[in-house]
Amino acid sequence: MMTFTLWDILRNLLLAARWTVVLSLVSFIGGGLLGMALLYLRIGKAQAGRMFVQGYVELFQGTPLLMQLFLAFFGLGLFGIDVPAWLAAGLALILWTAAFLVEIWRGCVESVARGQWEASASLGMGYVQQMRYVILPQAVRVAVPPTVGFSVQVVKGTALTSIIGFVELSKAGTVVTNATFEPFTVYGLVALIYFALCWPLSKSSQILERKLNVAHRNH
Amino acid sequence: MTYRFDYSWIAEYWPVILKGLVTTVELTLIGTLFGVALGIACAWTRSLGPRWLRPPVVAYIELIRNTPFLIQLFFIFFGLPSLGVQMTEFQAAVLAMVINLGAYSGEIIRAGIEATPRGQFEAGASLAMTRFETFRHVVLIPALQRIWPALSSQIVIVMLGSAVVSQIAAEDITFAANFIQSRTFRAFESYFLTTGLYLLLALALRQALRGVGMLLFPRRAAR
Repeated sequence: MMTFTLWDILRNLLLAARWTVVLSLVSFIGGGLLGMALLYLRIGKAQAGRMFVQGYVELFQGTPLLMQLFLAFFGLGLFGIDVPAWLAAGLALILWTAAFLVEIWRGCVESVARGQWEASASLGMGYVQQMRYVILPQAVRVAVPPTVGFSVQVVKGTALTSIIGFVELSKAGTVVTNATFEPFTVYGLVALIYFALCWPLSKSSQILERKLNVAHRNH
Repeated sequence: MTYRFDYSWIAEYWPVILKGLVTTVELTLIGTLFGVALGIACAWTRSLGPRWLRPPVVAYIELIRNTPFLIQLFFIFFGLPSLGVQMTEFQAAVLAMVINLGAYSGEIIRAGIEATPRGQFEAGASLAMTRFETFRHVVLIPALQRIWPALSSQIVIVMLGSAVVSQIAAEDITFAANFIQSRTFRAFESYFLTTGLYLLLALALRQALRGVGMLLFPRRAAR
């Protein structure tokens, strides 16, 4: 039987962790863009748009991400499209991320005091100008810490893509375990690598929250 | 192209789905009960408990919150047996859910405790209550009431996250879906149906938690 050193195991896991990082970035950026488009509808004046986004959020926050991955993987296949795992994984994660970001951001826009809307309206600003010059600059400040915090959920969410066969950190963990028969060591290391990816994000979210709040109080 | 849904298998397989549903509900109930209890213990330790106990609790919370549930599950089910800890799929799934929810709810409940006005502690002390009695009778319930909505959403998130326990062959809803698709090859139908089931379950759970909230905190002042 072949023997594996700890370094062999770690090296293979780190190589696979690249794909966790890539998928996280794709999901977060794609989800962010889609989230912005949905936010535009969600806080807009059109009733139909608002209801659509509410339904969208309910659907994606009310069902397991794993099921969304399965549906993306098998659902697109129904239309005769041969779906590679990375495509299904990226698509499902983008849709899922957008559903959470739009709710986070809506909360931030609504946290801006009503008086700010009224004040800017009294200066004769239109809706777009109010948003652009008064509301969004304040909302963005509130939105940064929770958005960074949510990125941790995205990184952790990518672990589920291993189940539909995308080879990232979790999948590599399973593969390496099957080769080495050392689940304790391998999954321990996998957990530590995820921790190394996520913890800086969590920490910076906390620090940002403190900083931006202090700045806010001094205003 | 048009796709024709084929649900003819339902007559044969609904008991499998029902069994999965029962398992998911059981997992959620047990996981929530012990998870929130663990969360209360962590929150007490972090905000009021003995100082030497705080670093290990912080380490536990940070470790769990920054790693995927799937890996926690695999570590418990595949990793722990090499230390001589054997358990069934169901036990491993429950344990993973308790440990996961314990960390998240610990943070949420701590926020509720720390929002308690100092005067409440002083009032408890002036009634000759010990620190623990003050926590138990004066601080805990209003703190839980304050964060109940956040705690409820976290419980729903953990319920939905439990879909991955099918990966260690715990027979939940997702397991039923995988089983049906492997027998009937109607992959889209089985996942579509079970996704709808989860959605209903999430809505029901949210309503149930609202009801529990009303039972636990009857007409108490918010502060």
